[in-house]
Amino acid sequence: MGFTIFYLCLVVIIPLSTLPIRATSTTWDVFWNTISDPRVIASYRLSLGTALAAAVVNAVFGILVAWVLVRYQFPGRRIVDALIDLPFALPTAVAGITLTTIYAPNGLLGKPLDAYGLQVAFTPLGITIALIFIGLPFVVRTLQPVIESLDIEVEEAATSLGASRWTVTRKIILPYLYPAWLTGFALAFARAIGEYGSVVFISGNMPMQTEISPLLIITKLEQFDYAGATAIALVMLAISFTMLLTINALQQWSARRLVG
Amino acid sequence: MTGTALTLARHGGARPRHLTEPRAVRWALTGTVLVFLAIFLILPLVVVFSEALANGIGPYFDAIKDPDALAALRLTLTAAAIAVPANLVFGVCASWAIAKFDFRGKNLLLTLIDLPFAVSPVISGMIFVLLFGRQGLLGPWIAEHGIKVIFAVPGIVLATIFVSFPFVAREVIPVMEASGAEEEEAARVLGASGFQTFFRVTLPNIKWGLLYGVILCNARAMGEFGAVSVVSGKIRGLTNTLPLHIEILYNEYAFQAAFAVASLLALLAIVTLVLKTIVERRVHEQLMPGIGD
Repeated sequence: MGFTIFYLCLVVIIPLSTLPIRATSTTWDVFWNTISDPRVIASYRLSLGTALAAAVVNAVFGILVAWVLVRYQFPGRRIVDALIDLPFALPTAVAGITLTTIYAPNGLLGKPLDAYGLQVAFTPLGITIALIFIGLPFVVRTLQPVIESLDIEVEEAATSLGASRWTVTRKIILPYLYPAWLTGFALAFARAIGEYGSVVFISGNMPMQTEISPLLIITKLEQFDYAGATAIALVMLAISFTMLLTINALQQWSARRLVG
Repeated sequence: MTGTALTLARHGGARPRHLTEPRAVRWALTGTVLVFLAIFLILPLVVVFSEALANGIGPYFDAIKDPDALAALRLTLTAAAIAVPANLVFGVCASWAIAKFDFRGKNLLLTLIDLPFAVSPVISGMIFVLLFGRQGLLGPWIAEHGIKVIFAVPGIVLATIFVSFPFVAREVIPVMEASGAEEEEAARVLGASGFQTFFRVTLPNIKWGLLYGVILCNARAMGEFGAVSVVSGKIRGLTNTLPLHIEILYNEYAFQAAFAVASLLALLAIVTLVLKTIVERRVHEQLMPGIGD
């Protein structure tokens, strides 16, 4: 018990607390000038926008994947199920260079898409694709156990009372999955905001256009502009904590719904 | 509901045992999902290996046997060899405290354990620079004592511990909570010492959950990029881990070599997935005896 708290302090709390401590040593003006810099604002907008787009795509496809994996039988289902965790297991740098190679203008998918005038790599679209890759398991893995726990009798009752399959899906299944779905969405979103490794390669890192916030932090650190880096990081941390609290609230809500 | 009778009549005979969608819908959904996963998951995995072997098997092994690559491999293994056991010990202690005792602030402790998940990897690395860097809070003090943390191996190890910190605890806590405290109490009443109780009763109960956590922790420790790249300084042969080495090769347009090194980490990922699937089934059986498939 004592050791737990000691280790937690040593590894997590002390390092993390340096961030606000560091921030107090800079003046409000410096802080505000940093985070209101157009380049920084553009990076926040890009990070949040692409993360949101990727989380939406993941929410749509994630629920389909989870549903198909739990409910339907098809050859190779076990293997596909195991593969869902690939984005967790594959180091982000590997994912980054691979996705860039695939979607580069001369790449496997990049070339045909380029022929239609759609450039993916080195644009916000490419960033979104990298974020879809790393976020997918969050939605699928959050939904799977909930779909498994769906009571077949409820569906049976609804159907025997005359509800069509579409009505059952819309009125019974989806509302039941809603909290878990939102949680998965929030987890994917939160992860995508801070993601670095898989994005730096495919993004092209053009200031004002495809420069994400984490990259800007690294740039500032490399210029030894610690105050600037701290300011950007604090805003990102504030966003992350809001997400974490939202996720916790969602989980409590879903736990209550499952019990009640 | 005017169409009730009609709907019943239509579905009545056609729906024998299972309540499910019409066959066409099932096929369409399965097809969509498989195409989506093929593009987003399977294609990247295939491309790693095809690019790595693009120039044949000789250059592949040349890239891996490069001294810088081997040094990076050694550093990655070293960092994981320190981070994983450290987090293993912590994970067991933390889950013990959380699962077997009741105390104030338990939820706060749980949230704190999850914290490294919520923090961007870049920020995870940056806090160590702020702490130990030359202008950092402890920077002058450790410089006086001749210790180098940032742009050196200790910084890499610290950042690795930070990002892989929650995995063991997260996986062991539910298993410990499920197994309850009765068996340990019985062992103590029968005269077993604390250590005996732990090694004979607790450890066998949690071993699959523990293994599962260690596998995930190790995968993250070996693959971490963002946090480590901030603290490492990327000195070739000295503070370069495998993921950082991949980045350097890639930025030098040595694509084939980059993918050769990347294929090592992709292999690690595949091994991780296989082990995880096996162990997951055991954990599942343990948490829900009789239900496991």
